[in-house]
Parts: sequence; C-alpha cells; structure tokens
Amino acid sequence: MGDFIQGKTLVEGKATGPALWSDKPLSFWGGYDQNTGEIIDRRHPLVGHIGANRIIAIPHTKGSSTSTAVLLEAVRRGKSPAAIITTGVASFLALASIVANELYDISFPVLMVDEDDFDKLESADWVSISDDGVIEIGADPQPTSPS
Amino acid sequence: MNLSEFDSACLAGDLGEASQFAMSILVRIGEIQSASEMIDITRAHIDSTLFQGDATLEFAEKLAHMDAKVVVPTTLNVSGVDEHGWQDWAVPPEWAEKAHRQMIAYQSMGTEATWTCAPYQVSEKPSFGEQIAWGESNAVAFANSVLGARTIQYPDLLDVCAAITGRVPAVGLHLNENRAGEILLKLIDIPEDLQTDDSFAPVLGHLLGTIADDRVPVVEGLTVELAEDHLKAICAGGASSGAVHLFHIVGQTPEALTLAEAFQGHEPTEVHDINLRDLRRIRSELDSSQGKSLDMVVLGSPHFSFAEFRKLAPMLEGQQCHTGVDFLVTSSRAMVKLAREAGMLDTLEAFGGKVTVDTCILTTPMLFPETRHLMTNSAKYAYYSPGLLDAEVAFGSMADCVRSAISGRVQTNNSLWDS
Repeated sequence: MGDFIQGKTLVEGKATGPALWSDKPLSFWGGYDQNTGEIIDRRHPLVGHIGANRIIAIPHTKGSSTSTAVLLEAVRRGKSPAAIITTGVASFLALASIVANELYDISFPVLMVDEDDFDKLESADWVSISDDGVIEIGADPQPTSPS
Repeated sequence: MNLSEFDSACLAGDLGEASQFAMSILVRIGEIQSASEMIDITRAHIDSTLFQGDATLEFAEKLAHMDAKVVVPTTLNVSGVDEHGWQDWAVPPEWAEKAHRQMIAYQSMGTEATWTCAPYQVSEKPSFGEQIAWGESNAVAFANSVLGARTIQYPDLLDVCAAITGRVPAVGLHLNENRAGEILLKLIDIPEDLQTDDSFAPVLGHLLGTIADDRVPVVEGLTVELAEDHLKAICAGGASSGAVHLFHIVGQTPEALTLAEAFQGHEPTEVHDINLRDLRRIRSELDSSQGKSLDMVVLGSPHFSFAEFRKLAPMLEGQQCHTGVDFLVTSSRAMVKLAREAGMLDTLEAFGGKVTVDTCILTTPMLFPETRHLMTNSAKYAYYSPGLLDAEVAFGSMADCVRSAISGRVQTNNSLWDS
C-alpha cells in the first residue's frame, strides 16, 4: 500500500507506470524526442531517460511555444508520457492532450500538485493515477521486467 | 468562466465549424488557467506554423478544411522548410512536401505570409498596452518587454485558435498586476564597450533565464542604451534558458522608467548582484565546443535583421570563407529583400556565404550529418543545437564568427570579457 496524493486534474484520465521525477523544468521542444520519447536536453538531469509511457513529474515546461506540438506528435507516434504531473498550471502540456483527444481520440492525464506533494514523488518508482486525480505512489509491481 | 454572447455563439457553432472548434479549445484552456473571462485581442502571431511531423500538418489541414479564417491581423512564424532553397541542403523531399502543405494551410486562413520568428522586424509593431496573442518565445518576450504590448506565451495550436476567434482567456501577462518585476538583477561595473558588443546581450539573456526561470526579472545597471537587435538577443536568450516572457530594464523598457515603476511599487523578492566574473561563467555555459574544429558558422536566431546585415557586410568585404566551413545566415523574406536591394547579399555570396529564409537550422532538417561543430553569436542557437542537432556549439561575437569562418578554426577574442 503506497502513499496517496490528491492532485488537481487539468486533463482527466487514468495512467499507471514507472515515474520519472526532476525538480528542473523541461522544454519539450529541444528536450524531448517525439520519435523515441527520449529526453535529449543535455542540460537536463533526466537526459538519456525514456519518457514515453512513463509518468513524468516536472515543475513546469519552459522555453519554446513548440513544446505543445512536440507532445502532440509524440502522442500520434505512441511516444508520449503516460501522464504528466507538474506544480504549475501546465497549460502547454494540457493543450497537447486536449488536441490529441480531438484529433486522435487519445489523451493523457495532466495533473497539478502542490510543492510538498511534488517532492514526495522524488523517490517514487511507480505511480498510478485515477480519474479523480488521486495519485498513488508505490513500488514497481514488476521490478525484474525490462524497461 | 463568464462567456460573452460572442463566445457562446462561437461555442454553439453559429459562426461556423472552425470558430466552434477554436473556441471550445480556448474555453477548456481558460478553465484550466482559472480565467474569469475572455478578452479581445487585436493581433496574432502564429507559431503553429512549425512543422513537427504529421500531427501539426493534420491539425493545420483540419482547420483549413473547416475554412478557418483569422479575424485579426496575423503574422506567421517560421515554417518547416525554405520552399525555394531546401534542395541545396539535406532536407528530405517528403519533409519538404509536408512542411510546404502546412504553409499553404496557414496561408489559406487570411494571414500575412511573414514566415519569421521576428515579426517585430517585418510587420507593424503592436503598440504599448495592446492586447495581442503571440506565439514564439523570443517574440513574446519582445512584445511584452520592449514594446509594452500584452501577451502570454501562446503555445502552438492555441495561437491560431486565438487568431480565428479574436478572443483569449484573460490571464497572466494580459493583466496589469502580473507584469510587475519580481526579482532584481544589479549589474555591477560592466564595461560600456562590453555592453555594446553583440556578444553581451545573448549572455545577459541566458543569465536572465537561468536566474529568473518563469519570474519577471528587472535589470538595473546598464549604462548604455541597447539597440533593437541586442534587445532581441536578450529575449531569445532568456526565453531559451528560462521561461522569461517579460523583463524590465530600468530606464530603457517602457514599463520601467524607474525602479519603482518596474516593481509596481513592490519590493523585489530576490536581489542578485552580477559582476563581470558571473557573466563570464554564464557565457561559458553557452559554449559546448570541445576544441577548435569548425564546420559551420550560423547567424540569425532570431532572424537576422537588416541592421545586422548592414553590420555584417563590411566584415565580409574582400574576404573569403574557408573552404571547410559553411557560412549561413537565417532570416526572413522581408529582411533578405532589403539586404539584396542594398547589395549586401552579393557581398555575402562573394564571401562564400548562404542565406536561408522562412525557417532556421532548428526547425528544418537542413544540416548534413557531417556538420557537427557550429559557431554562432545567438544564445538560442547555442542553447538548442546540442539537443536538437546533436552538435557542439562555439559561442562568440559576430566578428569572432567571421574571423573563425575565414580561418576555418574557432577563434574568439575575449579581451572585452577579460577586462
């Protein structure tokens, strides 16, 4: 039984998967490879990690207006994060999910949490998100499976 | 959120399918942003023009097929292809074809075919206090900080929704109370000849973004009035290393005639003293080069202005670019036309240089795989090229870039930075 956090739902949905956490903001344009889901900003602590189908927790996105387009393309290619958790109002990221739903009938949940709760996610291996914005922090249910 | 009669009519589909689609997205985002109402905008700049793959094309063509038309004067940001020059580079034909289709889709909406990330150079500038909806991070920072117009940074896909409806949620920098300075950066004893050098402003921008992140920084201690191109460079640097959409320079930018005005009477939440040593350290962050190797010099992010062409041309006169180095200027159609009429393009071409319009090295896959070592005077190119192009970047002034292009090796004159 893990810890529970109540998030504020910006875009609703369910998700479960391994967590990727950083307290450094990330620009998806120039920071996230839409074809592979890899984080490619060499200045970012998560560089080299795969964000596709994982639950990414970052304070907010920064930089380019094109971050939304990168995420939309990533959704189209099945390489978007399973969910995104931020501390700020992540309208750029939420927009990608909203438009993806309009164009492709696929969306990913986007949640906002307060800073103390955000810090609790640092040590999370595995995160589950429910429709009502409850985030469960747990251990990887299949720790030996290849990632 | 309170909706006006117009907003509700859009949502109901009374103004057509495209307005309905655009308004439904604006309202959802407005609710996420906790906006209480929507406001009118009088201008838009669309960043959704960047081709990022099939998804951005499908979005653009979906709107075009709905017969979407903009209702305010609307400029277009860079596209994914230089439609007349892409064959000279490594751009795959399929990419060129799709990116061009995306251009046609946005042109069909009644927009101005500016194709530039520096719309403030080529179209009528927004006025002080004007409510606008601009995408493209450097342009947003320029509109807010230099012109005193009011826009949040609109993400791709939302900017065009604003242009189609003329409406946006009233949030963020649209509202006076969010435009106050938050942190103070005091420049201490920065030599004036460095302040006027074109390598200074990009470093200052990179510093602003690094320290301020998404807060509004106020800069005090500049003793030289910055030229428009230097302000542009600050905008690009601050919006790359951070999320700076508005900054104030005391005594120079329109909402900061005094320090008190910049902070709207509040106290700064943080004060940072910045000396030359701090700037040197920040400058070194922009430089990811490992040695002196050089494959390409690239200038013009944000797009090269006519004033920059005028500065560059005399440096190239009678000189020859090294055979092992490409020399590229990225600019807009409008600025290139002016440069051509002034004979500066002849000078650039005689030097062995090339020009690309409508796009840039970050937004079209034009570089050949062997181009690994770049040099630039742009903080934005320096920031994004390592990740987007897997390239090393040397950073220097325009004069450093030209000197290096001639010799074929990275050469920087650091004397202004060492004093």
